[in-house]
Order: sequence, then structure tokens, then C-alpha cells
Amino acid sequence: METTVITTAPAAVLPVLPVLPAYAFTTATYVVSAVLFILALGGLSGQESAKRAIWYGIVGMALAVLATLFGPGWGNWWLSVIMIAIGAAVGVVLAKRVQMTEMPQLIAAMHSLVGLAAVFIGLNAQIELGRVIRARASEAVEPFHGFALMLAHKTPAEIAMLKIEVALGVFIGAVTFTGSIVAYGKLAGRIDGKPKKLKGGHMVNLGAALLSLLLMILYVTGWGPAMLWLLILLLIAGFIGWHLIMGIGGADMPVVVSMLNSYSGWAAAMIGFTLSNDLLIVTGALVGSSGAILSYIMCRAMNRSFISVILGGFGGEAGPAMEIEGEQVAIDAEGVAAALNDADSVVIVPGYGMAVAQAQQSVSELTRKLRDAGKEVRFAIHPVAGRLPGHMNVLLAEARVPYDIVMEMDEINEDFPDTDVVIVIGSNDIVNPAAQEDPNSPIAGMPVLEVWKAKNVFVSKRGQGTGYSGIENPLFYKENTRMFYGDAKKSVDALLPMIE
Amino acid sequence: MKIGAWKETTEGEARVAVTPSSATHLQKLGHEVFVQSGAGERAGFSDALYTGAGVTVLPTAEALAAAVDTVVKVRPPTEAELELLRPDQTIISFFYPGQNADLLERARAQGVNAIAMDMVPRISRAQKMDALSSMANIAGYRAVIEAANNFGRFFTGQVTAAGKVPPAKVLVVGAGVAGLAAIGAATSLGAQVHAFDVRPEVAEQIESMGAEFVFLDFQDSQDGAETGGYAKPSSPEFAAKQLEKFRELAPDMDIVITTALIPGRPAPKLWTADMVAAMKPGSVVVDLAAERGGNCDLTVPDERVVTDNGVIVIGYTDFPSRMAAQSSELYGNNIRHMIADLTPAKDGVVVHNMDDDVIRGATVTHRGEITFPPPPPKIQAIAAAKPKERPRELTVEERRANEHAAFRKQTRSQVGTLVVGAVVMLLIGLFAPASFLSHFIVFVLACFVGFQVIWNVAHSLHTPLMAITNAISSIVILGALLQIGSGSFWVVLLAALAVLMTAINIFGGFLVTRRMLAMFQKS
Repeated sequence: METTVITTAPAAVLPVLPVLPAYAFTTATYVVSAVLFILALGGLSGQESAKRAIWYGIVGMALAVLATLFGPGWGNWWLSVIMIAIGAAVGVVLAKRVQMTEMPQLIAAMHSLVGLAAVFIGLNAQIELGRVIRARASEAVEPFHGFALMLAHKTPAEIAMLKIEVALGVFIGAVTFTGSIVAYGKLAGRIDGKPKKLKGGHMVNLGAALLSLLLMILYVTGWGPAMLWLLILLLIAGFIGWHLIMGIGGADMPVVVSMLNSYSGWAAAMIGFTLSNDLLIVTGALVGSSGAILSYIMCRAMNRSFISVILGGFGGEAGPAMEIEGEQVAIDAEGVAAALNDADSVVIVPGYGMAVAQAQQSVSELTRKLRDAGKEVRFAIHPVAGRLPGHMNVLLAEARVPYDIVMEMDEINEDFPDTDVVIVIGSNDIVNPAAQEDPNSPIAGMPVLEVWKAKNVFVSKRGQGTGYSGIENPLFYKENTRMFYGDAKKSVDALLPMIE
Repeated sequence: MKIGAWKETTEGEARVAVTPSSATHLQKLGHEVFVQSGAGERAGFSDALYTGAGVTVLPTAEALAAAVDTVVKVRPPTEAELELLRPDQTIISFFYPGQNADLLERARAQGVNAIAMDMVPRISRAQKMDALSSMANIAGYRAVIEAANNFGRFFTGQVTAAGKVPPAKVLVVGAGVAGLAAIGAATSLGAQVHAFDVRPEVAEQIESMGAEFVFLDFQDSQDGAETGGYAKPSSPEFAAKQLEKFRELAPDMDIVITTALIPGRPAPKLWTADMVAAMKPGSVVVDLAAERGGNCDLTVPDERVVTDNGVIVIGYTDFPSRMAAQSSELYGNNIRHMIADLTPAKDGVVVHNMDDDVIRGATVTHRGEITFPPPPPKIQAIAAAKPKERPRELTVEERRANEHAAFRKQTRSQVGTLVVGAVVMLLIGLFAPASFLSHFIVFVLACFVGFQVIWNVAHSLHTPLMAITNAISSIVILGALLQIGSGSFWVVLLAALAVLMTAINIFGGFLVTRRMLAMFQKS
């Protein structure tokens, strides 16, 4: 290990490379890791290549960790290894135990860990910085090694920059942490999914954001107790994360989760700047932009601007919603089974209701029986079905539904007029014709699955109430729609014995 | 209720309105089923089969009429048959009330309730009892089989050791149910099928069946569709253009199947004598409209005619009856669906609900009154096609100007963004140290790479993407590892905790992703 003695503030910028002999080796490994990470994300373009891509990710991560453990600045080797081992054990158990329907909350919970880790690392940077600055001020001879050594070589301008990075890293990390915990609570059903805001709503957020900016300036300029400012900033950022996500309804959770995913990436990138570590910067930026694009895709699928989702709630209604004529006609399992037996082509539209009722296995069994009977069965997946982007695909894959019969909205929308039977299982807004027919509807213009063009539509639903968004759905009143009331799993199970 | 099927009296009619299997379904609705002895004989259903299905076989039409409340049959009842019925008895059959005014009046006078299977409105709910469609489907199929039978060549093209055989060319005129069925049958035999219809919206259906739509180049092309999904008469100019196109096609076609009908009118003459004359010897014309006078000039109803130039013109009117087993099966199902709608409670009690669109539409006499024609159905068969607004064809200059303007706009916004970005970068560069900027380059490039890569990710893999990016974002573990060895107790503690949390994330994230990906499987 390299130790250097600092006597005075460095007269000139010392090049970092000669000081850290093993740096080149580590950096080379980081380059490999970064490329592997890019390949890992790029490989997700297809189901088959994805199975390879995951190994790129794992190898990349292993290389990066090993290179760091054996690279410059290592210390407390055994502690690190023990911590990694404990974490590995916990992670493996979690990953093995989790139900596929619990995936959204698991991912949200994991984001919170990244956020908190970013906060800790930021705080550490400040602690070390404090030591270095104190050492410089007292002109004391103090041995530095590892991270502190790198700090000791920084010029005042670099230190100011570092402080900005630390402040941003802590801020984003804290927002990610509390936001993810709230998202987890909402997805797991431990917190009420309805949007809730404190009095003052967004003004509170704005005030908190301005206060954070002030604290950041205080912290960066070095006026007053730096550590205190940082801790207060941490608390306020935590509050913003909590309040922001509390104000967003459960139906918007897909966007929120991918947004938090993006934040955790940006936090990692900020930490990368702090530590002058290019791999962290590259990976953080990859994750950050990936989450941002996913959020954008989700918002576009709902025809809503990102801002309006983040600020919570639907926009104000432009006028009275269209009157709906007719009544909801119920049907029993026998009727649905008869229609299925007569049908040649069947499309199943799953939604969050299927996940809630854990009905994916029953749906898969139904699919198998119908396919064995020579019928064409396909699934239509709306981009925002479920509580996570691609949530339905994962559930169906878990239930062993072949992925080549699972279609996206654009692939299948024009096939509905030629479809005999559509079964809507626990989805509502994504099949709402009001989006196309009623310009005053809150979801007007949102692309939807045009199931009402099929010959028969059966809607499996718990009761007559409206869906998550609270919007009336004219589909339920259409001539060719029959309501199949009941728990999704029980309803589908009732159908199974009647399929010939 | 008691339901009975008569034996058909029309010459050559082999169908029957109740089959053993449809009888079983009727019994489930709470009805008692009867047939006249020998009713199903020619469709392949012996009396013994009926008895086996729990149906009572009665010897004569009179006995049957006396025993039941509702009589079902295929062809419209003859006057003699009507006389066997009591007042308030119901008869369900084809009726053609538009053409059979006398019969209608007679049924009214007798007090018989008549439900005409040919008057079932064409709405989605009533498709299961749409006997016209189910019979037309059979007629279309059978038309191709008859054509193949009379055509002395293969339908499919073959290259054999004994020489090359070109595929047969088939033209289907009129793409209704029968036309589409004919297209399906002909393509599956391997023929090259062309199809024509006056309703432009069926082009898609034609192409979906594997035929080529014969496109008619006609200014302000009219929409030939009317309520109920049937065709309406075309304008003289359009008709002339249409014939011109057929004349052009005639010499090439081996098989022509015409199915063009307009409700309540004689069949339009579409395949004229000169077109037949232009066809090759051995070619076949099958005219499905023969009953209404035929689409072809040379059609003789119920006859197979060979013209002077060796073209065979088939004008049979009994295609469904030629496949009596199949058509009885389907007609029987149509009847049973109709009766199912008449007994909503499935308890064998008939509720003749005149407020129901379907029942109202099909009922032609009810309680001594003629109820034909019915009021227009509340729902249209096919949503009226929205008038397509074809954007005005832009001239070359206009298009170029538009493109130029779009290009300039794009350039301007891009350059604008770049300039703003560059100014911001310069400002940062003024204050930030050089070491920061070298990292910043890496950051910006990585953002771009991420941007490009993520767009290609399959939608179905978005959840695995979140899980893997989550695992990868745990790369902050490097930060914690770098710090864990340096400095004070607090630093070590916080760093150790950070290592622990990120390790959970790395292992959990990758494993979960793997679990998810392993589930995706092809069928």
C-alpha cells in the first residue's frame, strides 16, 4: 500500500497516475466492465440474446469488484469480503423467495438500497474531506492512504467541484431512498395507493427544493459547519422523495419505478464524479438514461407528459364526460366457455387484476387447452399494463406461456376485428374506448387496445366499480361485451373444465 | 315446449332442420323434440339415430303438426303445409317474405306465427343464427368443388417429370360470405385467386383469405356497401368500368365463380356472353346467383350448360343441399340458437319477445298480424366506414418545399440545442477544473450510449431491464470498497454498510433477472 506524507498544501497538481502504481491495471479492467455492461443492456433486445446478456452483466460486475479489491486504495479486505458474503446470502435468498407478482415491490425496495448506499458514500467523502482539510490547515503530518490520499492531491477548485458532486450525490441518493420506500409500500399494499399530499402540495416541494439549493450553496462555499449542512440537506431530500411519491397514484407506479431506477443511476454517476471513477460514471449514466427512456416510453403509452405524472394526478377535465348508454350485461362461466368453444381466434388481455388474483397459472392452463383444441390464442399487452413496465410479460413467462404468442399493442391492435373472442382479465383503462371516442375523457388520446372491435368481449372483473383511475369504461356497456364477474383466478378456473 | 321437424317436400332438397346433435342441445333448453319419419334420411341421419338421441319419430307430417307447438324446416312452407298448422302454432324456416307476399298473407290468415331464418338481422349478436351466412359458406365451398370436378386440370401448379402444369386462375366476383368461402377453398386447392367486390372495404378481407383484390381504377370511387353489410346497385359508369375490367380478365381465367347478389333485386348481369366467348375451352363458370336469374348471361338455373366454345356454365341452385349432412348440421345449429334466444330462461318456456332486435327482425307474422318489414335494426352490421380523407396529392415542388422546410426546422432546433449545450459547457469549463471535464466527457458519451442501446430493448423485457439496471447500478459498491480501507471508524462503518446493501442488490438483482429470463420460452 502506498502512503504519502503531506506537509503543506500541494504547490502544483500532482498527476495521479504515478502516485497510484496499480491504477492502469484497474482502469483496464474497468474498460472491459463498462463494455460488458453496455452489451448486457443491449442484449435485452431479444429473449434469446438476453439469456447471454445477463452473463455479460455478471462477469462485468465481478471483474469490477475484483479489480477494485485488488487495485489501489484497498483496505480492510476481510471486512469487505465478509460484508459481500453476507449481502450475497441475503440477496440470493431474496431472489429465490420472491414471487413473480411481487417483482415490482422487490425492484422498488432494491432501488432504495442503491440510494442509501450513495448517501453513505457521499457522507464518507465529506468525512474524509474534512480530515484532509483539517490536516492541511494544521499542517500536521498525517499518513493518508486510499481514498483520502486521492483527496489530498486535489486543488481547491477540484475540491469545490467535489463538494458539488457530493451534495448532488447525497441529494439524489436520499430522494431515491425515501421515494423507493414509499413506492415499495404502495406496491406492496402497505401504504394506501391513493395520491396524498400535504397542504400546499407542490409549493411544499418547491420550498424544500429551494431550501436544498441554499444548503448546497452554503455547503459548497464552505460557510459554517459543512457536515451539518450536508445532514440537513439529506433530511430535506428525504422529505422531498417521500412527499413526491406519496402524491402519485398507484396507477402511475410503472413510471415512478422506472424514474427511481433512473435516479439511482444518476446518484451512482455523481458518486463516480466524487471518486473520479470512470466506471461508476459510465454505469451510472447508462442506468440513468435507461430509466429516463423507460419513463418516457411509459408516459407516451399513457399519452401524458412526464411532468404531469411526476406532479401527480390527472390533468383537470376539459368538459363533461360523455354519457354512457346501455347497461352492463353479466354472463356466467358456461356462456363464456360456449363462446370459447365456438371461437377460432382468442385474444387475452391481462391487466393488474390478473396479477392481484395470481391468476396467471390458470390463464396459462386455459391457453394450453384452447391451443390444444386448435384455436389461435394470443395475448395483447399494453405498455402500461400492470405496475411495472413489462410486468405482464414476466407473469405470463412465469406461467409458461410461450413468448411468441404474447403481442404488443401495435402488433395486435389491427387484428381485433378478425378476432372471435377477447377475454379481458383485470384490466380497465387500457381497453377504454373513451380514450378514442370522448375528447373530454381524462385519458383522451391515450393509445388503447381496441378490444371492442372483436366479435365478443368478455370482461373478468371483481365488481361493477371503476378501475384504478376511477374513469367510467364504456366498453362494459357495449353490445358485444359481457361482464364475467368474480375473482379472476376463480373465474378462469371455473372455465377450465368446460373447454372441450 | 314441443318442437318438431318436417321432412322437406321440395324436389331435391336433402337438408333437415333438426339433427340428432342439435336435438340434444334443444332438449337441454327444456324442449321436447320430434321429427317426421325419414326427415333426415337424405342427409344421412336415420330415424334410429334420432330415436337414439331421445327424439320422438312420428310417421306423417300431419301427426307431427298435431303433436308439436313449433315446426321447424328448411325451405319456405308450401301452402299445403301451412294448412296443416293450427292458429298460434309457430313455424321457423326460410321464408323470403319479400318475394312470397301470398304465402305471408296466408300465414297471417291462418294465425300462424312465422319466424324467417333469412330475416335474422346482421348484427354481431345474431351471427350464431344467421342461416344465410352458414348456407352461403357451404355454397361457396361447394362451388369450388363443382368447378374442380368439371375442370379437366389441376388447380395447383406443379413441375413434374412429365411436364410443367400452370396453376388454375380463379376469379371470384362478389366477396360476401359465399365469395370468401370460395376464395378460401380455391386458394387451399392451390389456385391463383383474384376477387372483385364493389365494396372497397372488403379488399382487406379478400387479401386476408389469400386472394388478390382486383382493383378498379375509378374516380371518386363509390362505396357500394349498404346497411346490413350487403351491396347496393352501382352507378352506370361504375358498372361499365367494372364490365370493361372483367372483359380484360376473361381470356386469362380458368374458373369464374360469381356470387353477386343485391337484396330484393334480380342478380346483376356481370359475366356477359362475350366474356364467356373469350374464355378458353374447358374453362368453368359457376353461377351462385342462378336462383335469382344468374350473374352470367348464359346461366340456366339448375342446369350444367356447355357453350359452343367449350366453356361449362354451372347454374345449380342447390349447393347447400348437395352437402346435406354438413348444411343440416349448421342449419340445425342456427335453428337451435334461435330457439335458445326464444327460451331465455332455458326452462322450455318460449318467450316471443318482440322488443328483442333479433326476434323482432326475424318474425314476419305474429298473432294474426304481418310484422314485415321490420323497423330498421338499432345497430348497423358494420360500423359505417369513415369517409377516408385522402390528402391532396402534392406536386413535386410542394413536396420538395415541405421536405426542405421540415429539414430546415429540424436543423434549426438541433443547431439551437447544440449551441445552448456548447455555451453551457463553456461556462462549466470556465470554472470547473480540467480533471472534472475529462470525466464529464465520459459521462456525456455514456448517456448517449445508454440512450441508443435502450431504445432497442424489447418491450416484453422491460421488467428484466429494470432488474438488471438495478443490479448494475449497484456498481456504487466500488465507491464503498475504495473508502472502506481509509480513515476513521465512521467511514469504515458507513462504507461497510454500503458494501452490504449493494452486495444484496448485486446478487439479488442478477439472480432475479436470470430467473425471469429463464421463464421466457418459445412455443
